[in-house]
Amino acid sequence: MNTYALSLHRPFRDRSFGLVRKFLRINWLFVLCVCLLAGVGYAALYSAAGGSPQPYANSQIFRFFTALLMMLAIAMIDIRVIAKLSWVTYALGIVLLLVVMKFGHTGLGAKRWMTIGGIEIQPSELMKLFLVLSLAQYFHRASHERTGNILFLLPAVLAVLLPVGLILKEPNLGTAVIVALIGGTVMLGAGVRWWKFALVIAVVAIAAPVLYHHLHDYQRARIVTFLNPGSDPLGAGYNIIQSKIALGSGGFSGQGYLHGTQNQLNFLPEKQTDFVFTIIAEEFGFVGSMAVLGLLFSIVSIALYTAVCCAHPFGRLVALGIGANFFLYCFVNLSMVMGLIPVGGVPLPLISYGGSALTAVMLGFGVLMSVHVHRDVEFAVKDF
Amino acid sequence: MKRDNKDRSAFTRRALLIGTAQLGVFGAIAAKLYNLQVSQHGKYATLAQANSISERLVAPERGLITDRFGTILAGNQQHWRALFMQALAPDPQAVLANFARLVALSDDEQARIAADLSDRPGYIPVLLKDYLDWQDMAAIEVNTPDLPGVIVEVGASRVYPLGPGLAHAVGYVARPNKREAQTDTVLALPGMRIGRTGAEAAQDLALRGSPGFVQTETNVHGEIVREVAHDNGTPGETVALSIDAGLQALAVQSFADNAGAAVVLDVLTGEILAMVSTPSFDPSLFDKGVSAADWSGWMADEKHPLQNKATSGLFAPGSTFKPTVALAAMKSGALTADTVLTCTGSFTLGDHVFWCDNHTAHGSITLTTALQVSCDVFFYQVALMTGIDRIAEMAHQLGIATDLGVDLPNASPGFVPTHAWAKRRGIYWAEGSTVVQGIGQGYTQVTPLALATMIARVASGVAVGPHITRRIGGALQPGSTPNAWLPLDIDDRHLAVVRQGLFEVVNTPAGTAYKDRLMLPNVQMAGKTGTAQVHNDTTAEKQKNFNDMTLPWDERPNALFVGFAPVDAPRYAVAIVMEHGNWGATSAAPIARDLITYALTHDPAGRDTPLNPPAVAALSSGTNVATAAPAAAQPGTVVQ
Repeated sequence: MNTYALSLHRPFRDRSFGLVRKFLRINWLFVLCVCLLAGVGYAALYSAAGGSPQPYANSQIFRFFTALLMMLAIAMIDIRVIAKLSWVTYALGIVLLLVVMKFGHTGLGAKRWMTIGGIEIQPSELMKLFLVLSLAQYFHRASHERTGNILFLLPAVLAVLLPVGLILKEPNLGTAVIVALIGGTVMLGAGVRWWKFALVIAVVAIAAPVLYHHLHDYQRARIVTFLNPGSDPLGAGYNIIQSKIALGSGGFSGQGYLHGTQNQLNFLPEKQTDFVFTIIAEEFGFVGSMAVLGLLFSIVSIALYTAVCCAHPFGRLVALGIGANFFLYCFVNLSMVMGLIPVGGVPLPLISYGGSALTAVMLGFGVLMSVHVHRDVEFAVKDF
Repeated sequence: MKRDNKDRSAFTRRALLIGTAQLGVFGAIAAKLYNLQVSQHGKYATLAQANSISERLVAPERGLITDRFGTILAGNQQHWRALFMQALAPDPQAVLANFARLVALSDDEQARIAADLSDRPGYIPVLLKDYLDWQDMAAIEVNTPDLPGVIVEVGASRVYPLGPGLAHAVGYVARPNKREAQTDTVLALPGMRIGRTGAEAAQDLALRGSPGFVQTETNVHGEIVREVAHDNGTPGETVALSIDAGLQALAVQSFADNAGAAVVLDVLTGEILAMVSTPSFDPSLFDKGVSAADWSGWMADEKHPLQNKATSGLFAPGSTFKPTVALAAMKSGALTADTVLTCTGSFTLGDHVFWCDNHTAHGSITLTTALQVSCDVFFYQVALMTGIDRIAEMAHQLGIATDLGVDLPNASPGFVPTHAWAKRRGIYWAEGSTVVQGIGQGYTQVTPLALATMIARVASGVAVGPHITRRIGGALQPGSTPNAWLPLDIDDRHLAVVRQGLFEVVNTPAGTAYKDRLMLPNVQMAGKTGTAQVHNDTTAEKQKNFNDMTLPWDERPNALFVGFAPVDAPRYAVAIVMEHGNWGATSAAPIARDLITYALTHDPAGRDTPLNPPAVAALSSGTNVATAAPAAAQPGTVVQ
């Protein structure tokens, strides 16, 4: 088939090829893009600290290299092993979500974080990956006909709704929506009929006003602020205004590295996390933001390419889901920074300061690379 | 395998669809970024500018004015005021409207704010309201989000601890007027004051200091995020006047409700140790802006409280002019110490009769006796012998009707007529006009400061110039030391004769001021009384034993006294003018005696630290001057 032609490599039908060969099969262009983005992140965090590697840049780059090693290690794991473990990890993710609800740290009015062995973990971030794995595993053996069967789809829908519900309880509206969208993307890739998506979208559109009444005050405030940024100048709308000023004042070529007034004068609180893109956009201008946008899209494209190249449905769906996850991260964060969607605590992956999102994203990339390395292993429906 | 491939094709189609959608989203993001960063760059760059650092100037603290011993005569008191930086407000008019709702503003204030807003540069804040009370402060604090650009800061208002007592010498400050604010932008700063009178005006530049600045980071709403830098500027220099606050307080006390002026000088340096003009006013009123009622009250007052009579009040010197006439006569050679002239109680020139005081006939007397008993007829004759031009020349040399160069604004030189002046003005100079010059009546007008200078020069023989600024920022001003002044061009023997006459005035039973002699051991005062008519005598007044007290207040003669002490080594000179005080001997001389007594016992001349600190403290605080002064007057008593 023509899709084979997209594959740049000779297929390996051998079930057990050595670690070195596996290592060489990693998509190094992808790794390069990831490293370049981490480099951009280092520069941005260096600037966010007023031209100092402390306290953000150095510790973040250390985290990145740790996560990079983890990613490369995961890439060596046979994709079929990962597939077998997918429901275990799903169950683990649900347990973590429950644990974080009971014992997690409260940050920004929501219980999202927990600390295990000194590492901050945001179970909802891990849950995105685990959901992708389990859904991919579920649809791996499904024929086109079966995906048309509503009863067959029901367990998958429930598998999506369970973590979405738990994350909504945290409460974390933004992540819940993202998790639902990732689930939807995987199902779309699995061949679920278009009209079913249309139906869900229609139901959500009708139910939205009802749901609005059940939102938390801060969530409502965010939506109101989004619709009218001037209404709460010192609240969330303040961030949007300042963020837009930072972007706009960057101009075409930027104010110069370490010379962005919005950044250096700290008009944006916590700019090193969610609003890190404003630093790049202000100091490197439109040129800089396009470069970053290009790198981000390269990662999204390579994930999609990995999906298309993969010979087995599980790998295809996993790559699609992981790519969608990364894409949604970027989309939500960038839209938020530009004031296009309500502010939610979504970082810009690989660039923002913080460990939990980085770890989750790199974990996903590890699985993605595993898909790529094991793109043409024997992984038939009957094998499962 | 077939099915597998079919599924894979379906997946690839959907994946490419998803990829296209993702590309579309990234494209939209890129387009939005282009819109924000390139198309709307100008707008956001402006906002970023407004966002960043704003700088405003802050008024420096005005320098202190102290007396010679460091007692504060003019200081600063903190208060709160609201300022407005219009550059920080997106909509200044809305902010002003909000402010006016919270804090009551009069129509005048609103008009001033509107005027200020239109002509101040951005880094000069505009004063919204001075002297905020706690209610105003609370209202502003609570409503900060509605008041972008409104700043509450500590300001200083000028206070004068001794109040009216030194109002004329120290002066007062007021807000700079519009023209001044435009010529010097620093003066446009809220809280800046400009000296209007007295030392405040004379030393205004030294007292002003240089402004500081506050750099604040503000967000686009004009709210201050944090203060980047704060520089209070350089406060104005401390100006130490030569005034002795204790002596000054005593002088004020001595005048009670009477109108007049007094000056005490250091005869060797010309330093003004006390300068009083009564009645007075509260100088701190001008700092906040004088009310119309206060102003019209002062304007209507026949005693002219706002005028510094010591430097600009013009009075006929009366008999206090006689030493000048005597010196002029001796210098011209028309008179010697031994010249005997006869007084029959009156002097007739042509068809006009000039009376001696109360028609008294003093007989044949010499100069010293004439001074001692203040014989008018003697000096009528001396004036005629000397001529007004020589009298004027001597008067100028002694500091009368000449620019004394005093470091106080609006000082008047006074006036002594000359033939040249009369000719210029087209006045026919009758000899009778020369006759009354001999007793300091007629055209001659002097200020109390000029009288004090005259007697100081007679006492010292040195051409001292009166001045009030002793130190600026600790640096002693020129002229504050005894050897800074040149000797007078007057024969020492002439001066000695006049001094002898002045000694006898006070220290001999026949002298006109004998009852006002010092009650101190081994130290005497010399002096001269004066009683100067303020209008041409009516027929009734020319009668013997006419009681001036029957006249209305403003027609009674002015009482004058000039004197110096100690006689054998003069250091202090005093000049007193009590308006409509009738007789110099009874109204003016006792004040002079008290002031000289205080000066001799506390000896402020040439000192920067008080001889008797507790007594000075008691006096300067304005309490109990009456009891402290007599105690000081007791021979041999050390005042504690």
